Amino acid sequence: MSEKTTTNTSFFNDAGNRALLFQVVLLTAVVAIGYYLFHNLQANLQNQGISTGFAFLNEPAGFPILIHLIEYTEAGTYGRAFLVALINTMLISFIGIVLATIIGVIMGLARLSQNWLVARLATVYIETLRNIPLLLQMFFWYFAVLAALPHPRDSIIFGDFFLNKRGIYSPNPIFQDGFGVVIFGFLACVVASIALIIWAKKRQTRTGLWFPAYWTSCGIIVFGTIACYFLAGAPVTFDLPEASRFNVKGGMVLVPEFVAVLVALSTYTGAFIAEIVRAGILSVSWGQTEAARSLGMRDSITQRLIVLPQALRVIIPPLTSQYLNLAKNSSLGAAIAYPELVAVVMGTTLNQTGQAIETIGLCMLVYGSLSLSISFFMNWYNKKMSLVER
Amino acid sequence: MKSNVGKILSTAAIAATISTGAAAATLDDVKAKGFIQCGVSTGVPGFSNADSTGKWSGIDVDACRAVSAAIFGDADKVKYTPLSAKERFTALQSGEIDILSRNTTWTYTRDASLGLDFTTTNFYDGQGFMVRKDLGVEKAMELDGATVCTEQGTTTELNMADFFRKHNMDYVPVVVQKADEALSAYASGRCDVYTTDKSGLAAHRSKLSDPSAHMILPETISKEPLGPVVRHGDNQWKDIVTWTLFVQINAEEMGISSKNVAKIKAESTDPGIRRLVGAEGKMGEALGLSSDWAYNIIAEVGNYGEVFERNVGPDTRVGLPRGVNNLWTEGGVLYAPPVR
Repeated sequence: MSEKTTTNTSFFNDAGNRALLFQVVLLTAVVAIGYYLFHNLQANLQNQGISTGFAFLNEPAGFPILIHLIEYTEAGTYGRAFLVALINTMLISFIGIVLATIIGVIMGLARLSQNWLVARLATVYIETLRNIPLLLQMFFWYFAVLAALPHPRDSIIFGDFFLNKRGIYSPNPIFQDGFGVVIFGFLACVVASIALIIWAKKRQTRTGLWFPAYWTSCGIIVFGTIACYFLAGAPVTFDLPEASRFNVKGGMVLVPEFVAVLVALSTYTGAFIAEIVRAGILSVSWGQTEAARSLGMRDSITQRLIVLPQALRVIIPPLTSQYLNLAKNSSLGAAIAYPELVAVVMGTTLNQTGQAIETIGLCMLVYGSLSLSISFFMNWYNKKMSLVER
Repeated sequence: MKSNVGKILSTAAIAATISTGAAAATLDDVKAKGFIQCGVSTGVPGFSNADSTGKWSGIDVDACRAVSAAIFGDADKVKYTPLSAKERFTALQSGEIDILSRNTTWTYTRDASLGLDFTTTNFYDGQGFMVRKDLGVEKAMELDGATVCTEQGTTTELNMADFFRKHNMDYVPVVVQKADEALSAYASGRCDVYTTDKSGLAAHRSKLSDPSAHMILPETISKEPLGPVVRHGDNQWKDIVTWTLFVQINAEEMGISSKNVAKIKAESTDPGIRRLVGAEGKMGEALGLSSDWAYNIIAEVGNYGEVFERNVGPDTRVGLPRGVNNLWTEGGVLYAPPVR
């Protein structure tokens, strides 16, 4: 019977065929529009005599960049400048994410605190920061920090540290020949600690006896590395900052632009993360805590082994969004002279070369890949943390 | 952020418009819509600046107004688009504006690779440095180790780097997205030095809370010929913008100003002057304009000297001397081809 109906139905009345047809039509339309736009772009650029291509990346850039973690001078290429900017963006995003998470967890827990004052302070923090535009906060931190600090000639001096409007200057460590020994010693301590943790876990599963492996390994790493440092004859000298005519010279400097962007990004995103953490913890029913208590567990262990693992399942997905937001919001740093991707590539490079399509394309590619990698990592972590059903 | 969105949108506009750029005649477009869309700065006193009522004035604004007078016989048929340094070229390329008149330096790379044409120079400028007087610096060569604030997306950034490299001096660059914030950073003490074109320094100094506490160093470290820019490929439009300025310079040379132009047109017997003001011949026709185009420019906007004195001259807040921006007969470099 059914066999007969299908053979009798016309081609267009078959649901499967029709669905396929629509898909094909849609795909063709999308490809055609894409091709049309691309072709137009090419033709227009040619008509207007605008040069295209990525050859400019090999040309000398000629402009300076305030913060560069890798070697960069004005004689470097646009490609090198791009790399410097990319590293600056990744640096601020990475440190920002770590700080925002710490602030968020502390503030989230604080808002749940039994202590009236602590809980209210956390509420005020969260409600203020997440309701003021981020760009405004950046300007505030930048100009507020600048206004509050003294001129370089009246620097606040603390031993070998200088603090003024130009930043925080500290001694810059210069690693001598023997420093390889210290690095090797540090790695050896890390390996030993991992081995200890594995051993402690196995022993606990076997015998039920508990060993303070985390604290012990912290001790091994810290004291082991310090011991190696002195055994190798303290192979580090310091380049000390000193006052000069205009600025403090030498040493290592933390510039106000970096500090302002970092503080703005991490406190802003931290306020959102605090709410996510609070929601996650409240999602674990109170009965679980009561059950743990009735088994005689201490509160800290209850939190760590029972509440937090379950809360994390709720926390991680929205947390991923916040991390993505932070990475993308770092582009606002361009407004206060932090030399990240948008400032260096879409600002200076675009203006000097005139390659609007290429530079904007590069930036979009970078933000796309950066966000996708964060997303990928967080999805992996989420899967690892999700409830394993047996 | 806002400027980035603007940039992406205008890029998309380039992608989406169907070959408007080169072939189309801007003059016809302008006549059809009845006004000129003029790209100006977001606020440089004396060059292009809006007052509290939203009325624009300045040398760069007058360049657009003069073109409007030449085409429409009315200097006020201009609409303004304020642009940041990094948005300006995209706005012109995409056809968003008809003339870019925004203290823009004429350089080889910009002229050759951006699909743009520089018409002529309406202000000869050069980059300089501004410092606080209490810093005790007398000349630019003493700036070794200084922190320097500047605006992003300008020739200034490169000149600054070249200057310090050439003299093997150290410096810390603080490059801010917008001029206003760069100036705030300088004012708050983040930088020892603020650098941009000298005209801009004078203009910006007038915005500071205590202008007399700051001084402009004597050195000029670059050549910055500033002038209006149009799209590449529309020769008629380029000629109109170019010759509008030439008319103003010639008028000053001949002693014709907005005050006496009507009298001169009626009374003068000098054939050169009669041709310029349209009492004789049909000079405007070759550009697609009426024969009294030059008369309208002078009557509505004035000659070059009037424009200079009104906007940036010694009696204004900016207070710049004529210097090189004087007629060649007066020791300057302004030399316009004859209207003949």
